[in-house]
Amino acid sequence: MNKLFTTLSLAFFASRISAQSASFSANQLLLYGVVGVCAVLIIWAMMSLASNLLKIEASKYGIDPNSSSVGILPGLRDIFKAKKPSYANEGSFFHLTRGYDIRLDGEAALSVAEVKASRFAICPADFHGMSPIPKLEVQQGDEVKAGDALFFDKKRPEIQYVAPVSGEIVEIVRGEKRAISEVIILADKEIQHKKFDIPNLDQVDRSSLASFLASSGLWSLLKERPFDRVPSLTEVPVNIFISTFDTAPLAPDLSFVVQGQEAAFQKGLDVLAKLTSGQVHLGLDARGEKSPAGAFTNAQGVQKHWFKGPHPAGNVGVQIHHIAPISPKVKVWTVGVQEVITIGNMFLTGKFHANRVVALTGAELKNPQYVHTFQGASVQDLLRDHVTSENVRFVSGDVLSGKEVDQKGFLSFHGDQVTVLKEGNDYELFGWLLPLSPRPSVSGTIPSYGSDHKFEANTNTHGEKRAFVVSGLYETVLPMDIYPMHLMKAITSQNLDKMEGLGLAELTEEDVALCEFVCPSKNPMQAMLRQGLEYLHEQS
Amino acid sequence: MGLLDFFKKIEPDKKGSPILHTAYDAFFTFLFTPNAVSKGGTHIKDGMDLKRLMVTVVISMQLCYLFGTYNIGHQHFVASGQFLGFLEGFHLKLAHGLIKLLPVFVVTHLVGLGIEFYYASKKGHAVEEGFLVSGALIPLIMPPDIPLWILALSIVFAVIIGKEAFGGTGMNIWNIALLSRVFIFFAYPLTISGDQCWVSGYEKISSGASATYGWWHTSFFNGIFEKLGLTLFDPATKVADGFSGATPLALAYEGGWEKVTSVFSEGQMLWGAIPGSIGETSKVFIVIGALILILTKVASWRIMAGMIVGLIGTTWMLNAIGTTPFMQVTWTQHLMMGSFLFAMAFMATDPVTASTTNTGKWIYGILIGFIGLLIRVMNPAYPEGWMLAILFLNTFAPTIDYFVLESNIQKRLKRA
Repeated sequence: MNKLFTTLSLAFFASRISAQSASFSANQLLLYGVVGVCAVLIIWAMMSLASNLLKIEASKYGIDPNSSSVGILPGLRDIFKAKKPSYANEGSFFHLTRGYDIRLDGEAALSVAEVKASRFAICPADFHGMSPIPKLEVQQGDEVKAGDALFFDKKRPEIQYVAPVSGEIVEIVRGEKRAISEVIILADKEIQHKKFDIPNLDQVDRSSLASFLASSGLWSLLKERPFDRVPSLTEVPVNIFISTFDTAPLAPDLSFVVQGQEAAFQKGLDVLAKLTSGQVHLGLDARGEKSPAGAFTNAQGVQKHWFKGPHPAGNVGVQIHHIAPISPKVKVWTVGVQEVITIGNMFLTGKFHANRVVALTGAELKNPQYVHTFQGASVQDLLRDHVTSENVRFVSGDVLSGKEVDQKGFLSFHGDQVTVLKEGNDYELFGWLLPLSPRPSVSGTIPSYGSDHKFEANTNTHGEKRAFVVSGLYETVLPMDIYPMHLMKAITSQNLDKMEGLGLAELTEEDVALCEFVCPSKNPMQAMLRQGLEYLHEQS
Repeated sequence: MGLLDFFKKIEPDKKGSPILHTAYDAFFTFLFTPNAVSKGGTHIKDGMDLKRLMVTVVISMQLCYLFGTYNIGHQHFVASGQFLGFLEGFHLKLAHGLIKLLPVFVVTHLVGLGIEFYYASKKGHAVEEGFLVSGALIPLIMPPDIPLWILALSIVFAVIIGKEAFGGTGMNIWNIALLSRVFIFFAYPLTISGDQCWVSGYEKISSGASATYGWWHTSFFNGIFEKLGLTLFDPATKVADGFSGATPLALAYEGGWEKVTSVFSEGQMLWGAIPGSIGETSKVFIVIGALILILTKVASWRIMAGMIVGLIGTTWMLNAIGTTPFMQVTWTQHLMMGSFLFAMAFMATDPVTASTTNTGKWIYGILIGFIGLLIRVMNPAYPEGWMLAILFLNTFAPTIDYFVLESNIQKRLKRA
C-alpha cells in the first residue's frame, strides 16, 4: 500500500511536468491520460511482482520479508522517518509519533537521600490472579530475615513470596472476607539476609534454575504476558522484554537508578537469558541528546531496540508490540530494571537484596528527590516532613496507573515511585468554558502553555462520566495497531472473539492509561481492560 | 464562594421531585464543574469533557447564526425589491430576522431539552449534553417560515425515536438534527422544499403577494423604530414582479451555472446573501466554523477531506458525461451552491453517527460526497442530497467500521 502510493505520486509529478510541455485538445488529453494511467499500472504491476519475488527469495534466506531493506521501492515511512540518534549504534530503531507527554511539576532531583524507613509490607493484592487468602508461612510476632518466605498462593505452592527486609512481623492486615491485604514487617536496623545456595549458571538446567528462583522469591518479580501475572513455572517464555526507560509522568530516570549496579544488572540479564527459548530484548531510550546509562547500552547477550517518542514509548507493552507482537497463545515475560538488579545480586552475593531507589515526586513535595530504601516501604516513612500541604493524594507509582494509598500505606510490589498531588475536590465556575487554571490536555480547546510548561495537576475529573462519544482520539495516544474504543466496547459486550481479535492480549492497564486520561467521556478504561483480561483468562 | 452556597441551599430533594432535581442538576453542572475526583484509574484527567466539546461546536456555528438571522431579513426585503443593498435597512432586516429565528430557536430547545430532562429523570442519570449541539443545529437547517408545530413534531420524533429509543447520547445511529429535518421533508415536503419556502414573511412567493406582518412587526418593533426615528415596517410590502424565490440549486438544475449567475453573483453565493435554510448559506462563515473545529481537533478532518475528495471525483465523472447543463458544473461551482459545506462541517462530522475508525472515516466521507452529489445532480425531485446521503451513510457507518476492524482482526490472526 505504502509503495503503491509512492509509485502513484511519482507518476503524478511526472505527468505534471509533461503536461506543461504541450497543450492538447480535450480528446487527445483523455487519450494520453488513459495511456498514461495504463502505463503506470503496468509499471506498478511489474515492480510489485519483482518486489514480491525479492521477498520470497529473502524469506528463503531467513530474512524478515517485511523489513524495509527488502523490496524495490522505499515505503513512505522510510523516506520520512526520523534519524536514529548518533549514540544508538547497535540494534533496531523505532520512531513512535503517537502519544502524549504529560509534563508535571515536581520532578525528582538527581540525588539520592538515605531514608530510614522502619515499616515494610508485601500486599498479595498487588499480584493479579492470586487467590485472596494466600497460605501464610509466618505469624504475627515471628522474626524473619530478608529472603524468608512470607506466603504462597495455594494454586501454585512452589512460588514463594519473600520478605524484602529482616525484622519482626508486626501485623497481618485482613480486609473484606478475611482476605489478606498486607503483611507488615518492622525492619531491623541492620538487615539480616538469608543465605541461599546459588546454582552454577553454566551447568544448571532450566527447570532446576526455575525452581531455585521460585523458592528464593525471585520468581515473583517476573511478569507474564498476556494477563500481567506471575508466570507459571512450566511454560517457557518465547521472549523476555525489559524496558530501560519510563516515560510516564515524573517517572524515575532508570539510567540514574541503575548507577552502581551495572554488574548486578548484567548478571540478571544472564540469568534471564537461561530462562527463555528466545531472546532477552532491551528497550532503550532514544529520546534524549545523551546516551542512556552504560549498563543498558553495553549490556551483553541481549537484543537492543531503540525507541523515540512521547509516552507510552517507554511502556514495555508498546515495545513488545513493535519488536515481536504476542497473541493469547504466546507467552512472554516482562521484568523491571530494579527487579533484574535484585535477580543479579542474588547470583553475585547469594542474598535477596530487595533494595530499591524510589523517586519521590509531585508538586506537593518540598524537595522531590530519590531515596534508597527497600521493596514495599511505608509511604509515611519515606515522605517524613516532605509534604507541604493538606488535602493531598498519595500514589504509589505514577499519576496514570499508580495505586492510591493512604498515608499509612506502602509502596506497591513493583513500585519505584511515589507521587503526591493535590486533591481537586472543589467546584469551578463555568469550568467547561473557561479553564481558570492551567491543566494538561491533548485537546486543542485548552491552551497548552508551550512545551516547557510544567503543570500542577490535581485529581479533579474535569467532567462527568458519559457514554463513548469521541472517536479517533484514543488511537492518537496509543502507538499500537489497536482500536482502544472498539476494544472497550467489545469488552463491555463480553464478545470474546472480538476482544481477542482486537488485541486485548497485547495490553495491560498502563498501556491504556493515557487513553483513560484523554477520554472526554471519563470512562474507566484501565478497569474495563482488566475486566476483559480476567474474562479472557477465565475462558481460555 | 457565595454563589455556590446559594445554589447548594436551593438544591431540591432528589426523591421528592426527581424532575426538578434533574433540571437543577443540569443547571448546576452547567454553572459549576463538579468537585468529583478520580477514583481507581488515572489520578489526573484531561481538562476536556463532553460539555466543553459540545460547546466548542456550538461556538463554531455562532457566525452562521449571526449571518443567518440577518439574511432572513435581507431576503425578505430583496423579495419586495426594497433595500437591495446588503446593509440598507439594517434595523428592519435584523428585526425581521429575529422575529423569525427566535421562535424557532426557543421551540427547538423547549421541546428538545424538555424530552431530555424527562428521560434523564426517568432513567435516573444526569442530563446528557447531546442536545446542546442538536438544538443549535436544528434552527440553522430549517427554512425561516417553518410552522412551529411541525418543527416541534419533528424534534419529538427525532429525539424520542432517533435517540432515546436507542439509549441516549452516544448510542444513536442517525444524526438527530438531520433526522428532524428528514421527518419534515417526508411528512410535510412543501414546507421545506421547492421555491416557496426559502423567503420568509409573505403569503406566498409570487408577484403581488403581500407581506404577513404580525404584532411584533407592526406594534413592537415599529413602536421602537418610531421613537428612534428610523424607517418602519410597511404593511403594504409586496413581492416584487418577477421574483421567483428560487435557490441557486434550483436554477442550476434548470440551466446550469449560466442560469445561476444570471440571478446571483459569485460574491453573493460565497458570502451567503441568497435564499436558503437559515444558517447554511454563508460559505465563508461555515468555513471559519469548520476551521475552528479542525484546529481544536473537535471534528474529524478526515471526514471533511473525504467529502471534498468524493465531491471532486464525482464532479469530474459527471463533467466527463456532461449531458445536462447541471452535469457540466465544475466542483468549485458546486462548492458555492447549496449546503455541501454546512453538511461537511457540522453534520457529517458528528462523532457518534459517523464512522469511528480513521480508515472508515475516509470511506464514509468519500461516499457521502459521491452519493450526495449524485442526488443533487441527477434527482429531478429534490436538488440537494447531503441530508439523505449523510443519513444513508450513518446507516452504513457501522458496516464500514466492521470491515476496518475485521481487517485488523485478520492481521492479528495471521500473525499468530
